[in-house]
Amino acid sequence: MNTGTLNYVKLVVLALATLMAMIAASYARDVAYQVHMVIFMIVAAGLFLTTLRAIDEPTVPTPSNEYFDSVVRAGVIATAFWGVVGFLVGVVIAFQLAFPVLNFEWAEGYANFGRLRPLHTSAVIFAFGGNALIATSFYVVQRTSAARLWGGNLGWFVFWGYQLFIVLAATGYLLGGTQSKEYAEPEWYVDIWLTIVWVAYLAVFLGTIVKRKEPHIYVANWFYLAFIVTVAMLHIVNNISIPVSIWGSKSVQVFSGVQDAMVQWWYGHNAVGFFLTAGFLGMMYYFVPKQAERPVFSYKLSIIHFWALIFLYIWAGPHHLHYTALPDWASTLGMVFSIILWMPSWGGMINGLMTLQGAWDKLRTDPVLRMMVTSLAFYGMSTFEGPMMSIRAVNSLSHYTDWTIGHVHSGALGWNGLVTFGALYYLVPVLWKRERLYSLSLVSWHFWLATIGIVLYAASMWVTGIMEGLMWREVDANGFLVNSFADTVSAKFPMYVVRGLGGVMFLAGAAIMCYNLWMTVRAAPAKASLGTAVPAE
Amino acid sequence: METYSLLREFADSWMLLVLFLIFIGMMIWVFRPGSRKIHSDTANIPFRHEDRPAPDQEAPK
Repeated sequence: MNTGTLNYVKLVVLALATLMAMIAASYARDVAYQVHMVIFMIVAAGLFLTTLRAIDEPTVPTPSNEYFDSVVRAGVIATAFWGVVGFLVGVVIAFQLAFPVLNFEWAEGYANFGRLRPLHTSAVIFAFGGNALIATSFYVVQRTSAARLWGGNLGWFVFWGYQLFIVLAATGYLLGGTQSKEYAEPEWYVDIWLTIVWVAYLAVFLGTIVKRKEPHIYVANWFYLAFIVTVAMLHIVNNISIPVSIWGSKSVQVFSGVQDAMVQWWYGHNAVGFFLTAGFLGMMYYFVPKQAERPVFSYKLSIIHFWALIFLYIWAGPHHLHYTALPDWASTLGMVFSIILWMPSWGGMINGLMTLQGAWDKLRTDPVLRMMVTSLAFYGMSTFEGPMMSIRAVNSLSHYTDWTIGHVHSGALGWNGLVTFGALYYLVPVLWKRERLYSLSLVSWHFWLATIGIVLYAASMWVTGIMEGLMWREVDANGFLVNSFADTVSAKFPMYVVRGLGGVMFLAGAAIMCYNLWMTVRAAPAKASLGTAVPAE
Repeated sequence: METYSLLREFADSWMLLVLFLIFIGMMIWVFRPGSRKIHSDTANIPFRHEDRPAPDQEAPK
């Protein structure tokens, strides 16, 4: 089918989609669903008009001798934007916990802690982290395959489709459209939309690998591919639900009771394992060697790292369900695999750190490399802390306390955040063809603000988490509990304030990064042309 | 035998063995003679083709 006919098919599909969204919006049984159908309607109608305007216009052939970088540039901007939004919401809810008066009366039911918390987690994990993964994977797979991204404008569909998913998820949470599953809150129709986008993402990525010009698939692509495939599987299984009505957002899960809990934490832990670990390791295996200007320390170790991580991670989920209705054998299994997982995690960390062998002096002059190395250090720390917390006896103290929150953030801010910032600092001058970054001293400011912010965050959460756990289990001579729940809440106040300040520092660092990247594009000298003629091809 | 027990028994016997052997096999494969050259070539992929894709005419390796 040529593009001309394809455009007419597109017009029909978009017109039908607009019409269906209109009907759905008018039959809507709840506000979240209605707002979402209006969003669908506007997007479909807008696309209809742009397609109509471009119909029968001559199409510009895509150059196959250039990389498809415009979508990566858009992804870099989206990553920085959603990062700041996500961190800002995090700071707001941190202070809402410290000062409950910030749960304003007028915003009750929309912007209170309960509604904003999932907005924060999804914004940082899926909007910031997800955009970083999509953008860097599109960049890396092209360079390491020596081929232009497969699928033409399908890459743009993945990017904008994913942004639409983020907007639907975020507005849904504020309006109460949630299925209350951790990290999987969006309701059924948003899940279906994400599935469509994700299949397109897989096709674009795999298509590029298939037409690669390099004989081997570079290790970073193995990690990215594992992330894409596993997240697809997790997403589909954890979101098997039956809508109450096709005109409403509410749905009912097919699994129930302890099966539902097990599926949820199989999903939840592997979201950490494959979204926040495997995908970001793909990033690490490309950008750390590039920034250090030397190949990865041991390619053999990277292969063993990959397979060991993939074989082990998928079993670790049950450690979220110690002392529940889950059978003991299952939670022991999860605990054992979590502890074994320590080894491949540290293997990967060592591989990344040792890549600097012979180039350690660069850490003195290159704050971007310093950021990447610190992110690996945080990766190592949180992958030691995690297995330790999965041990049943430790978990009996740490579970349901703020220690867990501290653990998550040392991984998310330290590992995912810093490695993403490092990748953004690498990418912006390359993608916008600048000689260098606008200011290295601003990168240093960002580095120290972020690092000190994380330390304040993690340290205050250790203190408050362990204190809280000890207060909950303290009994007097007669066996009665000594503290009420409210006693722990008031004892935690100073640590909550410190945590909030750590968040402010991290947010300030990200804002400095946005300014620096903006000025790099605006003011840094353009890269001098290579001066060599392109050979006729 | 009910499905649960059947699957459970299969999972912690044959499937466990198969996965373990695949894993061990992978480790042996990584350290096979002659892999060093291939691995050092693959490890250098990020330092090629930075600005534009490889031209089409290049014979597939």
